[in-house]
Amino acid sequence: MPMAADDIVKLIKQGIPGAEVEIQDLAGDGDHYAATVISPTFAGKSKIQQHQMVYGALGGRMGGVLHALKLTTMAQRP
Amino acid sequence: MSEPQVFERIRDEIAKNDVLLFMKGTPVFPQCGFSAAVVEVLSDLGVKFHGVNILVDPELRQGIKEFSQWPTIPQLYVKGEFVGGCDIVREMHETGELQQLMTEKGVTLATAA
Repeated sequence: MPMAADDIVKLIKQGIPGAEVEIQDLAGDGDHYAATVISPTFAGKSKIQQHQMVYGALGGRMGGVLHALKLTTMAQRP
Repeated sequence: MSEPQVFERIRDEIAKNDVLLFMKGTPVFPQCGFSAAVVEVLSDLGVKFHGVNILVDPELRQGIKEFSQWPTIPQLYVKGEFVGGCDIVREMHETGELQQLMTEKGVTLATAA
């Protein structure tokens, strides 16, 4: 059962307060998204830790109902 | 609660291979776009690596996600360190960070022709 883009954004924002989230449906099937997440809480964290924070916010859906999420994370806008 | 038995197998594979890729399919026949992308990056760097096909090993497929606390496949390990999945490996390759990591860890890269 694919996920709606808005639900993904909502979950990420709930899990990472103050995060800016840009999302793009790559295949139009609700299963393949690209997302950019910008949050000052990423500062000083490794890429792995940043992505794990996003996966944590998605509450175990990553790799399950959400098959593919091309993720880009940064502490602030370049 | 003791750790899953498969963790021992995973540690053994990681210890035995300098560059190890848990993937869907094999390096010659990747069966997922993300796995194929990482294989391409490693081939681009000219790095010798070992591919573990989790599609033929359901216990490993689940165990590796718990082991690394990372929910998806592929997963790249270099000299025992978890480097990341497809996005991170690709991003590091684009910035040159991956090549630097490999060199720092003493992994031999194919010299440019």
